[in-house]
Amino acid sequence: MAEDGIHIRLRQREPIALDAVIDCAPGEVLALVGPSGSGKTTILRAVAGLLRAKQGVIHCNGDCWFDSERHVWVETRRRRVGYVFQNYALFPHLNALHNVMEAMLELPVDERTRRARDVLMRVRLAGLESRVPAELSGGQQQRVAVARALAREPQVLLLDEPFSAVDRATRQRLYRELAELRRELAMPVILVTHDLDEALMLADRLSVLHQGRTLQSGEPQAVMTRPDSVEVAQLVGLRNVFRAGVIGHDPDRGVTLIEWRRHRLEARLQPAYAAGQQVTWAIPQGYIVLHRRDRPSRGEHENPVSGKVIEFLPLGVDVALAIAVNGPGRPPLFLTVPAHTARRNGIGPGVDISVSLLAEGIHLMPADESRTPAKPA
Amino acid sequence: MDWNALNLSLKLAACTVLILLPLGIWGGRALAVHHFHGKAWVEALLALPLVLPPTVLGYYLLVAMGGASPLGQFYESLFGRSLVFSFEGLLVASVIFNIPFAIQPMQRGFEAIAPEVRDAAACCGLSHWRTLWRIELPLAWQGVLSAVVLTFAHTLGEFGVVLMVGGNIPGETKTIAISIYDRVQAFDAPGAGLMSAALLLISLVAIGAAYFTSSRSRSRRHG
Repeated sequence: MAEDGIHIRLRQREPIALDAVIDCAPGEVLALVGPSGSGKTTILRAVAGLLRAKQGVIHCNGDCWFDSERHVWVETRRRRVGYVFQNYALFPHLNALHNVMEAMLELPVDERTRRARDVLMRVRLAGLESRVPAELSGGQQQRVAVARALAREPQVLLLDEPFSAVDRATRQRLYRELAELRRELAMPVILVTHDLDEALMLADRLSVLHQGRTLQSGEPQAVMTRPDSVEVAQLVGLRNVFRAGVIGHDPDRGVTLIEWRRHRLEARLQPAYAAGQQVTWAIPQGYIVLHRRDRPSRGEHENPVSGKVIEFLPLGVDVALAIAVNGPGRPPLFLTVPAHTARRNGIGPGVDISVSLLAEGIHLMPADESRTPAKPA
Repeated sequence: MDWNALNLSLKLAACTVLILLPLGIWGGRALAVHHFHGKAWVEALLALPLVLPPTVLGYYLLVAMGGASPLGQFYESLFGRSLVFSFEGLLVASVIFNIPFAIQPMQRGFEAIAPEVRDAAACCGLSHWRTLWRIELPLAWQGVLSAVVLTFAHTLGEFGVVLMVGGNIPGETKTIAISIYDRVQAFDAPGAGLMSAALLLISLVAIGAAYFTSSRSRSRRHG
């Protein structure tokens, strides 16, 4: 285990099940994603020392904060963590300046005031120092919370769903600000979120959690397009998950051939799966290309499949389609297209359409008999 | 007007408040923050003086502090006089029968603080004392103030327990409530009326000031 950064190993069965392995390097933003109750906040609380797991170790920049076997336990106030709580947990009776100053008590008052003003300026709150939290908007409160967390010069920054309590427009602005701010941050940053888009935008790495267990960690794009298991695929929102059999590999062309519902599909070369093996495969919607009904193009030679539209659901500027491939009664293929594309192509309920499944996007996973692939919503 | 009795009542109320203030902060906070087995029973026990008839409470206190009890004997061996029918005995009784008036408002005050605020204080590196002084007390002060006022006013007005434990010794245990009773027994209606009015006024001012302060603070916060 490298000395730098934070290294977390936690295990317990009760009261909240945990089996988590998390590493985050200095300057790296790691997003913990998972559904409600998956243990994301519990892990943050354990890192901060607000909760003591039954078993495990937590090392931060070479310091041991927790080691259940060696009975090491460093209390919260000695851990130097910056924690931005979901509802910010600002001290309601103190103004913005004093909220930030409370995190730097070891400094003399003059120095504390100067530094607190600096940090507030960094998060664009100059001029609002004397306002108490109730006089600040949600976005401004979030910035005070970030300023307070940074003021402590933490060894790790913990962000617990920091964007969930603000409106959409403010959230977009705060994303940009955090993205800018993070370039200046030298400590590991752990961001808890249930919003995958947020994780994609802000994180260097993603850790998918389910029932307290870390299922997969990696670059966000990689985890979301190449999940290790059906469970991860479903947690990252992949709806097109099906079963198939491996026919064989063609290393020269860089493809693996699979058979799915009498279709011979070419997938990205994945030689780990032997010919004849049953697999589960998934394809993100971005790798499904709709064929134009009036003007066929060359790209249509790549894994063409066709079927009837059995679900046509307008969602604002987009339309969500479900396509029954090789007849009804089987899990359909899901696809979202812009509404104008659907209109131009005359797509509607009951219409036959065809699409290409781009080989690069077809990802194979071990067959998981215990789980049924995605069903129509 | 029995100035002696009024003085004694004010002294008893002030001493009771002084003793119960730190105890109430400690106990109220502990009950607000910690969850443990049997907590409901502890809370019920602390609330008991609210529902027990004062004579019953007074009787048990008399037995517990009397010359035959270990506590009474210990006190007598130290100070050479009996604990019951003394100001000190009255103070012990007063502290006990005021426990719910002191603890419950403070507990509600501390309970109203979001747990994350305490967590945030710990993450900021604040010590327990600093958290209490700088964060929790300023947020729970309305509960603390209510507790102080209720304890003070309730001590001034308590009759049954005082009579049982303290008797009616002028300058030592004869409080204003007992004095009013005495005046009524002696058919001195003007004297009883004057003292009752004084007690009413003091209680009204204390409670009115507490309500006024907390409503001003509420309107400032929401304004």
